[in-house]
Amino acid sequence: MGDVAGHRWDASQTALPAWSLPKDAVDRIALPAEWPEQVTREWAFGGSTGRGARVCILDSGVEAGHPSVGELERSVVVTVGEAGEVVVAEDTEGDVSGHGTACAGIVRALAPECSLASVRVLGANFAGSGAVLLAGLHYAVEQDFDVINMSLSTTKKPFAAVLHELADSAYFRRSVLVASAHNMPVESYPWRFSSVISVGSHEEPDPLAYFYNPTPPVEFFGRGVNVQVPWSGGRTLTVSGNSFATPHLSAICALILAKHPELTPFQLKNVLYLTATNVGGGR
Amino acid sequence: MTERGELQAAVAAGVVGSEEPFRALLSAIVEVARSLFGAKASSILLLDEETDELVFEAVVGEGEEHLLGMRFPAGKGIAGWVLATRTPLVIEDVRTDPRFAADVAEDTGYVPSGLMAAPLLHGERALGVLEVLDRPEASLFSLHEMELLGLFANQAAIAVDLLLKARRAERVLAGKDDLSVVARLAAAVDALEAERREAGLQLLRDLAATLGDRRS
Repeated sequence: MGDVAGHRWDASQTALPAWSLPKDAVDRIALPAEWPEQVTREWAFGGSTGRGARVCILDSGVEAGHPSVGELERSVVVTVGEAGEVVVAEDTEGDVSGHGTACAGIVRALAPECSLASVRVLGANFAGSGAVLLAGLHYAVEQDFDVINMSLSTTKKPFAAVLHELADSAYFRRSVLVASAHNMPVESYPWRFSSVISVGSHEEPDPLAYFYNPTPPVEFFGRGVNVQVPWSGGRTLTVSGNSFATPHLSAICALILAKHPELTPFQLKNVLYLTATNVGGGR
Repeated sequence: MTERGELQAAVAAGVVGSEEPFRALLSAIVEVARSLFGAKASSILLLDEETDELVFEAVVGEGEEHLLGMRFPAGKGIAGWVLATRTPLVIEDVRTDPRFAADVAEDTGYVPSGLMAAPLLHGERALGVLEVLDRPEASLFSLHEMELLGLFANQAAIAVDLLLKARRAERVLAGKDDLSVVARLAAAVDALEAERREAGLQLLRDLAATLGDRRS
């Protein structure tokens, strides 16, 4: 995965070695953002529509043109051939289950002007689903999306190391990986990695209510119970599960990044913390 | 010649016996799940890795008579989605859900309007799916129920793992007389009264030592 590990903001751009800071170079890492005395939701995403932020839905595909989804920046399907070769092709099937459309609809509802893209990693045989998931995430990280919504996980340990590397690559390239936590006591990935934003469900009906969890691995809770979502075929369903809490946080990340594109994933996570409903969200 | 591990599986088959108790355990789990959720039906589907199909292994409630043993492609329906993503899910009004493969529902003669599904996870493997169909319409879903569903799914996964082990052991034995001798031996020693059992075990230890097992 060495080719994924190239850093958009590394030494080649700053003319600094990544691991040290010479005395005369301090001004070269001056931060563009001016931070207020108090980080509020108004500062974080007040007035933001998500315009300019690019969100990737890594899932079962997205039904383009659904009234609650709108147009897609792009839509691809990822498959892995018998020899292990990864094939990324234009997705002409749309959503093979409905789930990806639901996630896209949740993001669109909160961030109406963000750019949405679909990377489909489901729909082929069950046996190959883990390898396709890795290949799909690899592709999404390379595309430098601002936010990658991953409402799924794998329990296969052999995949964990590669997933970890991909999650770190995304983090260093300033792609925020927002991943569903498992609501069963099992080891699964990538949500357990600290480089991602992991999301569980709360029961509040407010789509903008999100809570910081001081006892990780789950770091945030988003709306995930009895959520009305668009489904493929132009339909609407009521659904529950962490996989629907995740796109709520993805959308909020898109709103923040649209207004503050200079934020790194580390800084973004801090903004989420400071504006969480149980921290400073009321301000 | 026997393959590595087959003899141990044969011994396991001799000790574990048939798969029946484990099937009964699965039935008990879906029975309790249905009752606790006040649902109309509940079922456990197992993944057949060789054919990439999901098979109804335990069913209680509507569809009970004819669903057992029924198969459909593992990439199809809500169960297939839950299996692939290893993620539990709750859907209201399943009839409008394209993941709920209509032809599968028609085959079973029973179309639910609400469904909870959780993967059966054992270690890093996804073994199948637990489904609870048609909870009472008036009750709004809550996280408490999701947690309960997860607990049942974990219990079911342990039972399924035992069932699969028993099956694997039985399959290894099928048509292999040299192996079945080992299984019969294990079963015979296991069934002996305490005193004779110790003598039987000593005999086995002596045999193992003769064959070069240093632990004996």
